[in-house]
Amino acid sequence: MHAPAEQRSEIELELNGETRHGRAEPRTQLCDFLRHELGATGVHVGCEHGVCGACTVLVDGVASRSCLMLAVQADGRRIDTVESLARDDVMNDLQQAFSRHHALQCGFCTSGILMSCVEFLQKVPDPDEAQVRDMLSGHLCRCTGYTGIVRAVLEVARQRQSGESQQNASENPNDV
Amino acid sequence: MSDHSTETRADGSHIGRSQTRFEDQALLRGLGRYADDLATPPGTLHAAVVRSPHAHARVLSVDASEALALKDVRAVLTGEDVKRWAHPFPVGVRGAPMEHWCLAVDKVRYVGEPVCVVIAEDRYRAEDALDLVRVQYEPLKPVIDPEKAAAEDAPVLHEAVGGNVVNERHFRYGDPEKAFEEAEHRVSIKVRFPRNSCTPIECYVVVGQYQPATGVYDILSNFQGPYALHSVMARALNVTSNRLRLRTPPDSGGSFGIKQGVLSYVVLMGLAARKAGAPVKWVEDRLEHLQASSSATNRVADMEAAVDADGRVTALRYDQIDDCGGYLRAPEPATFYRMHGNLTGAYGIRNLSVRNRVVLTNKLPSGLNRGFGGGQMYFALERLMHQVARQLNLDPLDVMRRNLLPADAFPYRTASGALLDSGNYPGTVDLALRDGGYHELIRRRDQARAEGKLYGVGLCAVVEPSISNMGYITTALTPEQRAKAGPKNGAVSTATLSIDPLGGITAHVSSTPQGQGHQTVVAQVVAEVLGVDPASILVNVELDTGKDPWSIASGNYSSRFAGAVAGAVHKAALQVRARLANIAATLMEADPEQVRFAGGKVFIEDGPSLGFHRVAGTAHWSPALLPDSESGGLRETAFWTPPQLEAPDDDDHINSSLCHGFIFDYCGVEIDRVTGEVHIDRYVTCHDAGRLLNPMLVDGQIRGGFTQALGVALMEEFAYGEDGSFLSGTLADYLLPTAPEAVEPLILHTETPSPFTPLGAKGVGEGNNMSTPVCIANAVADALGRDDIQLPLTPSRVRGLIGIDEPPAPEGLEPLAAPRAGGPALQARDSVVVPASPQTVYDTVLDPETLRAIIPGCHALELEGDNQYRADVTVGVGMIKARFAARVRLSDLDPPRSLRLSGSGDSAMGSASGSAHVTLVELDNGHTRLEYVYEVDVGGKIAAVGGRMLQSASKIIIGQVFNRLAQRLTGKPVGGGLWQRLRALIARLLGKGDAS
Repeated sequence: MHAPAEQRSEIELELNGETRHGRAEPRTQLCDFLRHELGATGVHVGCEHGVCGACTVLVDGVASRSCLMLAVQADGRRIDTVESLARDDVMNDLQQAFSRHHALQCGFCTSGILMSCVEFLQKVPDPDEAQVRDMLSGHLCRCTGYTGIVRAVLEVARQRQSGESQQNASENPNDV
Repeated sequence: MSDHSTETRADGSHIGRSQTRFEDQALLRGLGRYADDLATPPGTLHAAVVRSPHAHARVLSVDASEALALKDVRAVLTGEDVKRWAHPFPVGVRGAPMEHWCLAVDKVRYVGEPVCVVIAEDRYRAEDALDLVRVQYEPLKPVIDPEKAAAEDAPVLHEAVGGNVVNERHFRYGDPEKAFEEAEHRVSIKVRFPRNSCTPIECYVVVGQYQPATGVYDILSNFQGPYALHSVMARALNVTSNRLRLRTPPDSGGSFGIKQGVLSYVVLMGLAARKAGAPVKWVEDRLEHLQASSSATNRVADMEAAVDADGRVTALRYDQIDDCGGYLRAPEPATFYRMHGNLTGAYGIRNLSVRNRVVLTNKLPSGLNRGFGGGQMYFALERLMHQVARQLNLDPLDVMRRNLLPADAFPYRTASGALLDSGNYPGTVDLALRDGGYHELIRRRDQARAEGKLYGVGLCAVVEPSISNMGYITTALTPEQRAKAGPKNGAVSTATLSIDPLGGITAHVSSTPQGQGHQTVVAQVVAEVLGVDPASILVNVELDTGKDPWSIASGNYSSRFAGAVAGAVHKAALQVRARLANIAATLMEADPEQVRFAGGKVFIEDGPSLGFHRVAGTAHWSPALLPDSESGGLRETAFWTPPQLEAPDDDDHINSSLCHGFIFDYCGVEIDRVTGEVHIDRYVTCHDAGRLLNPMLVDGQIRGGFTQALGVALMEEFAYGEDGSFLSGTLADYLLPTAPEAVEPLILHTETPSPFTPLGAKGVGEGNNMSTPVCIANAVADALGRDDIQLPLTPSRVRGLIGIDEPPAPEGLEPLAAPRAGGPALQARDSVVVPASPQTVYDTVLDPETLRAIIPGCHALELEGDNQYRADVTVGVGMIKARFAARVRLSDLDPPRSLRLSGSGDSAMGSASGSAHVTLVELDNGHTRLEYVYEVDVGGKIAAVGGRMLQSASKIIIGQVFNRLAQRLTGKPVGGGLWQRLRALIARLLGKGDAS
């Protein structure tokens, strides 16, 4: 972007745990700012009118369409994108489940779907299939028919649930 | 269905295993490298495209001076530049002197057609400048319906062609006349297949560069092939083909055929870069993609079958019209000819008569779309077979079985020339009936019907062609024209294997995948042949025509990967293995025949063993040790083309594809009587795609194609108004299946390997796009007992088929006038009472100052002639706001009784025209009731994205005109307008008494 500097404002936000700065015009969409100014190209732009869901990121933990938000609105906020999910080059449980269940093909819609799933599983830790499908209705995937995605989310929910109960069991060995 | 995630094969081999994908790690972590993610050269500019708001118009002038005056706008590419530097695209049929340029040079022929390109410092600024380019059009009458377009008196799109039918061919195989004459029954059906698109989530991206020193256009794009179109692009750019270096990015966000259509923009952005003297990047937006990228071809098919008493079909007659849109863009008219060898489907029908007409209409040019030609053809054929059963009162399954090719028929040459490689159709049907619970489904239907429900079962049999013959399109030419042009045939695939000095293996394929997982399967094949870990192999799928091996059949289409490309990979790996065996035999003093490859080792059974990297490294580090036959270095490129793909013969027989899978589908649907919603109760799809290289990926392809086909059957249509306006311009208007609408099919497999491909594999990616729409349509036909099934089967259309009478309107409510068919044109009437005499009102309207004041958003109004004005008006509809250069006219003056107020204008958001007939009625109290009847037409972007809001918006805007007039006469708002009446109605409903 080569806009005159006087039209651009300084934006500071926390991107995937790091403080980042950049400059954006008042009209710059958040998705464009994240991709082209901050280099978070994992954010994908599919429709620019809030229907396809590919550009979904977490804004202060809430899944949001970054094509329907202005960059200036993200000033001072915490933004998490798909790049935040893997730790030390190891994919998280959700990403691994997506791969196991062939929940992606071209991968273009996937980054947005993963971010919606992150928020969803925090709010609804033990969902049924209808709830998962309802959550996914805000996303368009043209490759998979959604089958693998639904299976992956349900499996991760189950694993996280049983993981927690095991943890509880070890904390309270007598409480069986 | 199996969960493939933990499947491993007992024999430890890689081919046939559900290997999870090597692509996934990058894509799941947001590290994919799609076209818009790649670094651009310093100084790259950004393009935006000025597009036609009209479906059919002459371009009178283009004035970009205001746009160029913006400081961030660097250049504007116009039709004049294009005429100077480029050529029209070559057209696939001879004798049609049609000019299709990458920019409109004289006329526009569809809404969204590029008219010029603005090149600016960034995308935002380029888009800003679009509004400042002044294009003058002379609108012409458009033609949208393909049958009307074929008529003598239709408006002609290309005057030089003289008519809209640009190609017509008749074919005759066997003796169809005799078969029809002798037939016990003749069954016919007429069907229409709509326009739709598999709509990848990533739109088109092009980065164009022009190197003046060498005359090379160096262009990166998410193009998907076929690379036969490289020749088309080079010809259009007016360069020798080595001067078009076309590159693809590592990842692509889906295509399904649609990204073939980016070819016109490859040329356009090459020229834009030349004009700007700098690299130019263009990223298409969703509206551009929906209205102006590419689409499936809509078809009208009139079909007839000659049928024996027992339901055996002895002959078929096809009379088809394909609507290819405003231009015949390569590879059209391929939608017809991709399926030409398969016109008799899975049946042994020897007599066939075909009339194929290709027409042009004012719609966007059509092109590849998953299932290409198959969805259209099978919708006609399998609806006809269903109709045969219905008319003869037979079970559709029995009719199908009586006509299916027997198991021992293969290889089988169809009447029109396809060589069906292998299969067991009756066996596959039996398997599907048994494992899918067909008889239980029939009982379920009977039970549902007994309960009064609308329930139907549909079935269909489909031969799924894959690996297209690059010569099939020449079937559109007469044998004489073909003889002149020279034979075209084959399907060359290629793969390259490089082993570097440390034994690292890199494979390259020219298959430009768009999500199918080619890298994984290539690694599986190479690992199997060379005995190494598939995860150790890197597979490069970028294609650079400047340095990679490729040929015209390269690219990602016609489901050619598993059969052809993986086969070429296998061949290249065998070449490498033969050389390594030779080297190892020398090092180990053994016979090359004895050398084995496994576990990363090269060894002799019960003998010496060396690491793979050591043997491979010898070719680089110690060439002096090599046997005399060895040249050193280690890189093998294999090319492979199947001999069965011959050119069409003089009798128009064409083996249009190399492989033929078989699909048998059936489904049960229940229809909601009240809403018309079609609920898929069960869907069974049974595939024979030859040998499966990676079953997990195969099922992924089936599920994806199935879900797209579900959209085709129930939801998706590119809708056009009668005036050619595009009405599906957002993903809120063009509805796609989301997770809650998606249905889980039961997928069944059987494997009859192809004898014609190196690995026995066939294509599998497109079958359900061919089978599922018609299978669902047959089920709906069965449920409703109707023959006239048209896609998409939306609730409103199905409800129309159910034929429920509208309940009478509640008393006191006037029914809405029926909307005019097709277009976004709106008609309505209203009135307002003005406290002044008709003469005063009349005089006031004729005063220019009044006119300026009463037109909402009018910035300026200049007298142009007698009662004619030029106006500058801003109009808002929903979130869209556009500034119109408009003409306003008062006519039919009959003072003080009536007059007509009309206006038309163009804006960057589209065009609008409207006219209101105003009658002044004197009331008893001397006041005037101003009655008006109006009609509004809109086109371009406003129609595409705002369709649902237009009715109410135009009512409000026009209401404002007359209310302002009343205000001007009285100095205050007056009663009688829409809002006042609404308020009164609400008050009445709430029982507030006041009914004034």
